Amino acid sequence: MSERHLHPVAVLARGLSIGHGRETVVADLDFRLEAGRTLALVGSNGSGKTTLLKTLAGLLPPLAGAVEVLGGRPLASPERVAYMGQFHPSSFMLPLRAIDIVRMARFARHGLLGRLGTADEIAVQEAMAVMGVEHLARKPLNTLSGGQRQKVFLAQTFAKEADLILLDEPAANLDAPAQAVYRRFVRKCAQAGKAVVVATHDIEEAADYDWTMLLARRVVAFGPCSEILTPQSLMATFGIVGQFQEGRLLIVEREHGHQACGEAHEGPCKH
Amino acid sequence: MINCLIQPFTANAFMANALLAGVLVSIACGIVGTFTVLRGLAFMGDALGHGVLPGVAIAMLLGLPGMLGAAAGALAMILGVGFITRRSSLSSDTATGLLFVGMLALGVVIVSRSHAFSGDLMRILFGEILGIHAREMIIQAVATLVIALVAVVCYRPFLLLCFSPEQAQVSGFSPRFYHALMLILIGMTVVVSFRTVGTLLVFGILLAPAASASLFSRKIITMIVVASLIGASSVYIGLLVSYHGDIAAGAAITLTATVIFFVMLAGKHLFQALVPRKEKA
Repeated sequence: MSERHLHPVAVLARGLSIGHGRETVVADLDFRLEAGRTLALVGSNGSGKTTLLKTLAGLLPPLAGAVEVLGGRPLASPERVAYMGQFHPSSFMLPLRAIDIVRMARFARHGLLGRLGTADEIAVQEAMAVMGVEHLARKPLNTLSGGQRQKVFLAQTFAKEADLILLDEPAANLDAPAQAVYRRFVRKCAQAGKAVVVATHDIEEAADYDWTMLLARRVVAFGPCSEILTPQSLMATFGIVGQFQEGRLLIVEREHGHQACGEAHEGPCKH
Repeated sequence: MINCLIQPFTANAFMANALLAGVLVSIACGIVGTFTVLRGLAFMGDALGHGVLPGVAIAMLLGLPGMLGAAAGALAMILGVGFITRRSSLSSDTATGLLFVGMLALGVVIVSRSHAFSGDLMRILFGEILGIHAREMIIQAVATLVIALVAVVCYRPFLLLCFSPEQAQVSGFSPRFYHALMLILIGMTVVVSFRTVGTLLVFGILLAPAASASLFSRKIITMIVVASLIGASSVYIGLLVSYHGDIAAGAAITLTATVIFFVMLAGKHLFQALVPRKEKA
């Protein structure tokens, strides 16, 4: 118990297998993420990023092994975990204003009937200010552009003031300045002692975070981004051959993604 | 002129009762219809409407109250759809559609076996708002109150569910439980409404006012209030048309509600065409 207080563990996975129903997507995951650290999940479509995020959020049950989130099972404390998924299919037609969407983040703390107070209002306003959408607060959601909506959803996630933040490709739909804003905020969250897990295609974004996990229906590599991004690991993750030059990644050659060949593999694949 | 707008309701107790029953139904439908539209459960509402038919028919055969049979039919429908969607890879739409034509056919089969029922079939399918009893109105009032209460208490999970079932779950509200609760509310609304406009038309009074309201509402509470008002107006206009034109009341009400929807839809498009959207700030 005392050890946990010294090094609070946000996520701990032991022999964890994740997937949907009977289909295992990634087997035997072993990793830990401490509070105040950021982790990027990198891989192509279908590599297991979303499945892992959903398992941590408690949306998918683990298929085998053990997973601990903030010292308990996933979903044990909903108010401490924020999750932003990729799709909001019905948000188009909801008669809600941007601020109503962000306010939903506070429901987890207050249950069915608990009143939202000043602290909640401040959290909502701050999150909207961080994402630069406070001027859209009274606008109906269905009048906003895709990028503006994505910022509102990010504000909703941040307004939860959770200890573990799970983001599934948050950069989609965001322009460069907005991406910079959210990445700065992720760093700020980490400094405040929160753990953040982000699924992304963007290797440069991953370089911003403490840890990177390369996924291709298995863990190709796990460690600090600069150490694990090798031509071999990139090949296995994306089916691309690249090299670092002056800190920037150059893609030298592109092969087929791992999905085209069914299984993850080390070498180039042939049809 | 004023006389022919009010006199039918003051001079005839059955018209006053019909209006009161219709207003109660409109409130229940305003609340439940709003969540049905926002959650994209319109088809389920339709299916429940038709699914209650065999229940009502069996209840009548056994000499039981029709509402009891309707409730049993709605429950069977909810369980049936839930079972099929969990067990098969068929989409929920297909399963619901098949179950509801099956239930509709079963209802007609039961009714047609007993020849004395042919008049009853019409009344079940198209309602008899003009023959509503005080006892039924009390049940309607209680049901409307319960529906309103549940909607107030479960407003947050319902809202989250409409936004994203995943967000409901990560906020600590079981999407499965609240989805089931929503279906039960739809079932309850259908059960207390079918006597007014009939099982075939209940879908209209459940969804048309909510759909009309959704065209112009920016907040959910506005949508509920507007939907209830549109529903109540449809009942009033429908009853008047029915009284003066000697037209089936249930159909007149449903037709009014759907006409209002299409007029508002056309109005919205016209408005948008005439007033160009402001440039983005």
